[in-house]
Amino acid sequence: MKDLLQMTALEAHEAMVAGDLAASEYTAAWKEAAAGDELNAYLWRNEDGEDSKAIAVERDCVAPIAVKDIFTTEGVPTTAGSRILEGYRPPYTSTAVRKLLEAGAPILGKTNMDEFAMGSSNENSAYGPVLNPWDRGRVPGGSSGGSAAVVAGGLAPWAIGTDTGGSIRQPAAFCGIVGLKPTYGAISRYGMIAFASSLDQCGPLTRTVSDAALLLGILQGKDPCDSTSVGLEGGVSLPDREDLSGLRFGVPAELGHDEYDSGVRTVFEQTLRKIEELGGEIAEVSLPSSEHGISAYYVIAPAEASSNLARYDGVRYGMRAGGDGDLVQMYETTRSEGFGPEVKRRIMLGTYALSSGYYEAYYGQAQKVRTRIAEDFSGAFADVDFVVTPTAPSVAFGLGEKTDDPLAMYMNDFFTVPMSLAGIPAISIPAGLAEPDDGGPQLPVGFQIAAPAFGEQKLLDAAYALEQGIGFDARPEGLGG
Amino acid sequence: MIERDQVLHVARLARLSLSEEEVETMVGELSGILEHVDRIGNLDLEGVEPTSHVVALENVLRPDEPRPSLPSDVALASAPEPQDGAFRVPSPQAE
Repeated sequence: MKDLLQMTALEAHEAMVAGDLAASEYTAAWKEAAAGDELNAYLWRNEDGEDSKAIAVERDCVAPIAVKDIFTTEGVPTTAGSRILEGYRPPYTSTAVRKLLEAGAPILGKTNMDEFAMGSSNENSAYGPVLNPWDRGRVPGGSSGGSAAVVAGGLAPWAIGTDTGGSIRQPAAFCGIVGLKPTYGAISRYGMIAFASSLDQCGPLTRTVSDAALLLGILQGKDPCDSTSVGLEGGVSLPDREDLSGLRFGVPAELGHDEYDSGVRTVFEQTLRKIEELGGEIAEVSLPSSEHGISAYYVIAPAEASSNLARYDGVRYGMRAGGDGDLVQMYETTRSEGFGPEVKRRIMLGTYALSSGYYEAYYGQAQKVRTRIAEDFSGAFADVDFVVTPTAPSVAFGLGEKTDDPLAMYMNDFFTVPMSLAGIPAISIPAGLAEPDDGGPQLPVGFQIAAPAFGEQKLLDAAYALEQGIGFDARPEGLGG
Repeated sequence: MIERDQVLHVARLARLSLSEEEVETMVGELSGILEHVDRIGNLDLEGVEPTSHVVALENVLRPDEPRPSLPSDVALASAPEPQDGAFRVPSPQAE
């Protein structure tokens, strides 16, 4: 049998089901690995002696998992990367985590993240940035940066995160792993601390496409606690497609070369050739409204956030400051001390966009752009099976490189935001390595594949065939490969 | 462009008290972001239906059956200042 930590979650799961591997031995090995976290990737680790109901279940199947600290877990600290929730121990468990526990996957720990999932570099965490396991001077991406770093850095076999505008796919790309944002509604949002409710979706961050399929199968489902959940009809099967014959992959005609680095372009074009080698067909599609995705997203998401984050007022849970003044002073002091700069910026942006006199010009207009973007995809999918793009415009950038320029940071989401606005599933798989445009050692590049709503099975099957064809096996230094 | 007065007004609406330095930064950063966002203001979208939600769902209902709710001691356990089974807050009136 392979070294325990080198096995994929699926391999370990199968070995446990066959009785060749004891769950306790496997979990103990991962707990020990997680304890060696030098990346600031975990905010809380499940150590023996911790009083917690969330860790009680352990059966002889399914690998232990790292959970983004945005999922409520009864009795376990849940901060969403914010000072305002420091020390908060929720009285209930999110549906996604409950399903993991019921399936037999123990929680390995809670992972660091951009505060309230707002960010693309994990530098907006109140608990410090996460380091990229490929190069500790660089960011792991965000907002699910901790979840991506633990999987890539050998600190967890697999993880869950959330994606509102790219927060699973972009960190997966920066860390050289697989990240799937399912169709909006595939997985319950109950207990997932809300950022932008019409966009937020839970999904897997894994080493392989098969692991992502196994995890999605556990997580998906309609939930009476989330009236927008639908689930995936027929569940999810493990992918086994060997080629891409008969499948058409659309490259947006609007994909100019200005939007992304030359190293990313080289890997993207190599991957298109690989698709053709595997029997797939490359076609051009038109997504004319996608270029306005960032503008629409940075109105809609902050608008929803400004409303969702109104609940942090120092009354029912979380921190309180300024309790000696009157009620409004207490609200204002609590929120001003509890929220970090990016969260304040988005609350301000969203409040402005929703305020009297500006509502139609910003929010109303953005919602119409959203319709156009969704229509673009419907039109494209009449002709092709998938739409493909690079996942991110660059490889992982340096810590501190973009923190002074919010708009430059937002541009990281250029390729991922349109799918979020359309509510369709998209996966990022590692496609190769490239040098950053500003020089330095090679880093992973992600390839994004998007499918029509609820087309997860077809998407996973195609991504699997492409993954096998690419054969990406690079790992961060010191982690074997 | 967003002016200093607007930033202060929006901060009041959002229940944020910003330091002088934060106000300055916010004026510059929000203006930059809004300048980018304003590009959609020029699009002709007359007659396009707005999308607030991507999944077409209507009237998702469950049977109206009483179920146990969160016990009040559990609900109060995370409160900064619980008192007599309630959430204590400062007076809304300035002293």
